[in-house]
Amino acid sequence: MIAPGQAPPGAAERPRIVPRAEASAPAPRRGDARADADPAAKIEARALSKGFAEVSAVAAVSLAVRNGEFLVLLGPSGSGKSTLLRMIAGLETPSSGDVLIDGAVVTDLAPRSRNVAMVFQSYALYPHLTVFENIAFPLRARGVRGRALERRVLDASAAFGLEPLLRRKPRQLSGGERQRVALVRAIVREPTVLLLDEPLSNLDAQLRATAREELREFQRRVGTTAIYVTHDQVEAMALGDRIAVLDRGALRQVGSPHEIYEDPADTFVATFIGSPPMNLVRTAGALLGVRPEHLLPRTHFAAAEPITALPVRVGRVEYLGADRLAYGTLDDPWPHDPVVVRWPSTIAAALRAGERQQLFARDTDLKRFDPGTGRRAQ
Amino acid sequence: MRAARRLRRPLAAGGRFALLAAFVAFCAFPFYWMLITAFKSTTDLIEVSHNPLVFNAPPTLAHVRQLFVETQFGQWLLNTLAVGVAVVAITLVLAVPAGYALARLAGRGGHRLAIGIFLTYLVPPTILFIPFARIIAVLGLQDSLWSLVLVYPSFTVPFCTWLLMGFFKAIPPELEEAAMIDGLSRLGAFVRVAVPVAISGVLATVIFTLTLVMQEFVYGLTFITSSSAYTVAVGVPTFLVRGDVYFWGAIMAACLIVSLPIAALFTLFIDRFVAGFTVGAVKQ
Repeated sequence: MIAPGQAPPGAAERPRIVPRAEASAPAPRRGDARADADPAAKIEARALSKGFAEVSAVAAVSLAVRNGEFLVLLGPSGSGKSTLLRMIAGLETPSSGDVLIDGAVVTDLAPRSRNVAMVFQSYALYPHLTVFENIAFPLRARGVRGRALERRVLDASAAFGLEPLLRRKPRQLSGGERQRVALVRAIVREPTVLLLDEPLSNLDAQLRATAREELREFQRRVGTTAIYVTHDQVEAMALGDRIAVLDRGALRQVGSPHEIYEDPADTFVATFIGSPPMNLVRTAGALLGVRPEHLLPRTHFAAAEPITALPVRVGRVEYLGADRLAYGTLDDPWPHDPVVVRWPSTIAAALRAGERQQLFARDTDLKRFDPGTGRRAQ
Repeated sequence: MRAARRLRRPLAAGGRFALLAAFVAFCAFPFYWMLITAFKSTTDLIEVSHNPLVFNAPPTLAHVRQLFVETQFGQWLLNTLAVGVAVVAITLVLAVPAGYALARLAGRGGHRLAIGIFLTYLVPPTILFIPFARIIAVLGLQDSLWSLVLVYPSFTVPFCTWLLMGFFKAIPPELEEAAMIDGLSRLGAFVRVAVPVAISGVLATVIFTLTLVMQEFVYGLTFITSSSAYTVAVGVPTFLVRGDVYFWGAIMAACLIVSLPIAALFTLFIDRFVAGFTVGAVKQ
């Protein structure tokens, strides 16, 4: 049982997003990938910073990507995730810090000398070249000629079903075919790392799910280390071996999708991941975070389980088919903070607007955050 | 309601056809006029009672013969072509990299610089030929086609830079970034990706430069004195207008010969020409 207590003075507004002053604080507590802690790192960013005209786009980010890993850089727009990716690619010059690939510092090398491959949001297929020539492009640029060139292009195309398209121009391809061509072009020269900058965001919702699956399957097959940038948390959760959450240039947390969701390092990660986001409730000395699906009727818990009562006054109910969402406020003895409750359709209990519902959450599902810094408190 | 719509559709189609027909007639008429005038006998041309739109007497090749036998028209054509090829080469060498640089410098003073370059195009030859004449004299290029090769880029380069900037701006920078990651240098990405993708802009530049060279009069008149070094634009009015006598048949034959290839080229590339021009103008 966790005591509600009184809200501390000065905590009238819930700090859903950590104050600006915290943006350049040291690396997060949990799942922290320290720069020199992982000798097996394929790609490393060491205290990497980039400022654009007084605005800090990336602030001292240290991150290590393991060999063969699929790492997702997740953050809202303006969080610096694309800038970080472009610095790894060599398309942006860092203001300070270093990029290491296979243990060697490549910060001052041109993109072409880093053996990285990149798939852009628009796919950036060369419109004046055929699919064959698009895939051959990085090989030609590296001096591969003649039969060797032809064999490598044909092998790579055949492996991903592109043979019938080889003579077409990019404008004659569908969105999914373009993605495949862009991916095959990226891996045909066997790069050290595959960088992907929101490659799915140009596709419509229906195609996106298929393309996502295809992309993950593709990466598993080729086994190339991949760094994937997205602002879409569903994509991040579905694709990533690990997720690095960025906000305003600072790294908030690095961890598996499970860690990020169940064990958020601070209030930003807690409220950015999950839809609807984690509820934050003011209590004496701490912010209490609880996921909407963890607020349940008493009957869902065993008698001996340590649980906390969180009565909710329901304001509005949304029926979404598989789920019901209830928007309301906490009730006495808690401060009347807004909360969202999410019940799967398997819960038969009534959920009516205007009613006071006696709901409970497991104590282990309640996460405590420091109200000043937004970080997890023990 | 439905009946009204059924009636409106053929009316709209008819209206569109009438409008297009009028526009086509307006555009094609000068060519028709040149064509019949070039092949009409002189008496047919000047006889007031004759219908001017048709041949009243049998067509004749006399004017074309006059053009090539009595004047140095063939030589002028060659001169114009030589100057045109040289100026096109110089313009491409300067304007293609300049247009690319300005397109990619957008936001870093590039736009202001681009406008500055375009403004130099607006300074008319009627002002510039005086200082240019001095420069030509110092270089000893009077009465030489080289003087025109030197001077014409002063208006073709700024305009074509502007034109090409529009085409390069329409290319997403990601394409060149992809090329650089794929193993090319910045210069390599420019040569192997940006230029081939903007090839229609380069073609537009070639056509535009040729057109400007063919129609230029002031510099040609001031810097060239001997008739064997004339360009078409100078030679035709100089030799086919004597006092108040206009040799209309020969003049029109000359115009027809020069304008047909240009018109054909423009027809082939007009869409891309306009596209490149407006892209630069609309997008910042």
